[in-house]
Amino acid sequence: MSVSDLRITAPGSDTVLSVRDLKVWYGTPRGAVRAVDGVSFDLRRGETLGLVGESGCGKSTLGRGVLGLLPTAAKTAGSVVFEGQELVGASIRDLRRLRGPSLGLIFQEPMTRLNPLLRISEHFDETLRTHETSLSKAQRRRRSLDALGSVGIPPTRFDNYPHEFSGGMRQRIMIALVLVLNPAMVVADEPTTALDVLVEAQILRILADIKSSYDTAILLITHNLGIVAEACDRVAVMYAGKIVEQGDAAEVFQGPQHPYTAELLRSTISLSTTELHSIPGAPPDLVDPPPGCRFHPRCPSAMKVCAERVPLTVGSELGHDVACWLRVPDHLIGVGGTVPLERQEIARADEA
Amino acid sequence: MPTKPELLDVRDLKVHFPLRGGVFDRLAGRDAGSVKAVDGVSFTLNAGEVLGVVGESGSGKTTLGRAIVGMAPVTGGTMRFEGDDLVSLRGNERRAARRRLQMVFQDPHASLNPSMDMLTAIGHPLRIHGVTKDEAEIKHRVSETLERVGLSPVERFLYKFPADLSGGQKQRAVIARAIILGPALLVADEPVSMLDMSVRAKILQLMIDLRDDLDLAYVYITHDLASAKFFCDRIAIMYLGRIVEIGPPSQIYDDPRHPYTRALLEAIPDPGVRREVPRDLPRGEVPDAAAPPLGCSFHPRCPHAFAPCGWESRDLRTLLDDRWAGQAEEVFERERGLLGDLTVLDRPATRATIPAGRGHNGDDVNELLERVRASDPAEPFWRGVERIDVRSSEAEVGFRTGVDPELVRSGEAEVACHLYDEYAPLAAD
Repeated sequence: MSVSDLRITAPGSDTVLSVRDLKVWYGTPRGAVRAVDGVSFDLRRGETLGLVGESGCGKSTLGRGVLGLLPTAAKTAGSVVFEGQELVGASIRDLRRLRGPSLGLIFQEPMTRLNPLLRISEHFDETLRTHETSLSKAQRRRRSLDALGSVGIPPTRFDNYPHEFSGGMRQRIMIALVLVLNPAMVVADEPTTALDVLVEAQILRILADIKSSYDTAILLITHNLGIVAEACDRVAVMYAGKIVEQGDAAEVFQGPQHPYTAELLRSTISLSTTELHSIPGAPPDLVDPPPGCRFHPRCPSAMKVCAERVPLTVGSELGHDVACWLRVPDHLIGVGGTVPLERQEIARADEA
Repeated sequence: MPTKPELLDVRDLKVHFPLRGGVFDRLAGRDAGSVKAVDGVSFTLNAGEVLGVVGESGSGKTTLGRAIVGMAPVTGGTMRFEGDDLVSLRGNERRAARRRLQMVFQDPHASLNPSMDMLTAIGHPLRIHGVTKDEAEIKHRVSETLERVGLSPVERFLYKFPADLSGGQKQRAVIARAIILGPALLVADEPVSMLDMSVRAKILQLMIDLRDDLDLAYVYITHDLASAKFFCDRIAIMYLGRIVEIGPPSQIYDDPRHPYTRALLEAIPDPGVRREVPRDLPRGEVPDAAAPPLGCSFHPRCPHAFAPCGWESRDLRTLLDDRWAGQAEEVFERERGLLGDLTVLDRPATRATIPAGRGHNGDDVNELLERVRASDPAEPFWRGVERIDVRSSEAEVGFRTGVDPELVRSGEAEVACHLYDEYAPLAAD
C-alpha cells in the first residue's frame, strides 16, 4: 500500500486518456457549483471504464468536460491529456478537429439525435465528407455499410429514414455513426437508459464487440451498477464531484473499500437482492459541499476526522484506489480522529 | 392464511384502437384494422394483494393499467371491481367506484400541477369527489396523509410547490394524493423507474408499508422484474397485448417457463454476478402491434420457436436482412441481385413468393435459400418451412400454418407457449 495526496502514475504507452486533477465549476448566482472537483484517472486502449454514481454527482459533466463540450459558463482547470495532446485550454478549432475522428460521443436519447429529414445514408455521407475528405463516394458507402453491419443493421435499410427504425436500431445507428470514423475513444453517456431490458442487453453486447474488434477505449457513464459489472473492465465511483473509489470492476464490486460504493451496491435492486436498502439523505448541494469527506453526513462508518479533513487516497499495486479515512493507517489520522462521529439524525423530510 | 375477498376480476379484457386508414379505404368501406393494445387479458386480484404486470414497451401493460382506471376505451370483456362491472358503469356510479380505484403515474414531475401547493394538490380529490369542502377538515386530512407517506414534519411541506421537491418527494406527494380518498386498489405505472437507484428502494418500501397498513392492493406495472420480485404476490408477463405467463413469484423467478420470461430474467444486469452478456438473447424488438406476427407473436424473437409457432413471409425478409448485415458489400450486392422486389414479403402470409432478379431464375433463388439454410441449419426459421416450390421466374416458400398458443397450466403458473401444450412433442423434431 502506498499513500499519497495525489497518485501520480506515469501513463503507459497504451494510455489513451489521462485526466489529472480536473475541475469543472459552473457559475451560478448562488456561487460556483463544483460539479467536478479534482478528478484523476487513466483510460487505456481497448478498455471500458464505467463511471457510476447517483444523479447530480458530476458524471455527465465529467464526460462532457473530457470532450470539451461544456457550456460557456463552465470553468475548467487541471489537465486532460488525450494521445499526448492537452485538451484543457485547447482552441475550439483543435477540439473540433479531434471530435469525430478521435473522440466520439454516444448520447442517451437515440430518438432525438438523428435528423428526421435525412436518410441514414446521408447521415453517414455527411460525417465522412466532413472528416475524411479524401474518400471517394464508393469508399464512403463501403465504410458506412461496414460500420452498420458491425452493429447488425442490414444494407437493405441504408436508404431508410430515421422514423422507419425502432429505438434500439436508432441507437445502433448512432453507435455506427461514431464508429465509422474509428475514434480512439468514445464517451457513452447512459446509452441504454431509454431502452427496454432486452434491447439494452443487445446494445451492451455490441459495445463489448466494438471494444474487442476496434480496440476503442470507452468511458461508459451509467447509474446502473449492473451494467458496469457486465460491460466494464474498470469502474470509477463518483460522489459529489469526486472519484471516491476506482479499480478493477470485479474487484471493486466483490470487495468495495469505500462505504459509498458499498451502500450503492446494497441499494441496487437486482434479482439477487434479498432486502430493500437505501442510502439515507441525498447527495449534497455542490455550491456548498460538506467539509472533510463529502460523504460523511450519510456515511454509516463516519469518524471524527471525516468531518474535518479531506480523505487521503490510498492505492494498491493493482490500481485499486480509495479516498476514505477508514483505509488510511491510524498514525496518519491523528489522536482522537478515529472516534465514531456523532451523527445528526437526517430528517425524514430531507430524504429524497 | 384465510383467503382475502376478491377485489378485482378482469375477464377477457380488450382495448382495440381502430386505425383510420387512408381516404380511399374509407370510401371503399374497407376496414383499416386495429391496434390490439390489450387483447383478451384475464386475472383476479384479492384485497391487499399485489399483481405485477411486467413487459417491454409496447406490451400493452400501460394500456391495461389505464383501462382499469377508466382512462382507455375498453372494447370488450368485463372488469368486476368490488361487485360492480367497471366497463358498464356510467356517471355517478362510476365516479363512486373511482374513489376506491386510483392511479400513480410514472413521471412524478409531470403528475403534479406546478402552480398548486401540496395542500391544494393533495386535498384536490377531496373537493372533486365532494367529500368535504371544509378547509380545516381538508388541511387535517392532507396533514395526516403527508405524515403517512413520510413527508414530515408536515408544516414544512403543506405550502411547498412541486418545484421545491426532489423527485422522490414528488412521488411521495403523488402517492399521498392517490391514497387520500382511501382507495382499495392503486394502479401504479412504473412508479420508480424515473427515480435514482438509491431512491427506488425508499418508494418501494413506502408502497409495501401502505399495503400492510391500509390493506391496499396494487396493480404494479413495470419493465423491471427485479423490483417486482419484492413486492408482488403474482406476476403477469405481457407481450403484445397478451399475458404470456402468469403465476406466483416462486415459479416465475425460480422456474420460468415461457422463453420470453426466461429472456427477461437473463437480461437483467446484476452487480453481484460477474458474467458476460448472454449470447442467445432474443433478437430484434417488440414488433408493430398494428400488424402482429402470425401464430405466437413472440416467435420471430424466440430462440426455441419451432414448426407450429407461426413462421411466415416477414420472417424470411428478416432472415435475409440479418444475413446481409454481416456480409461484405460485394457479397450482399451479388446475393441481392439474384432476387427481385422483396417488398412482396412484407405482407404477412404463410406462402412467400420470391421473384428472381433480372437475368436470374427460380433455381437461383432456391440455390440462395439453400445456401442461407446451410450457413445456419439450426436457425429455428427452417423448422417452419414445409416446402420450397421452384418455378421458372420465382420460388415459393410454403410455411406450416401457425397456431396462436393459449394459456395452459404448467406447474403453479399458466403459460401461453407451444412448448407446454399439445404441440410440445413436435419441439423435439
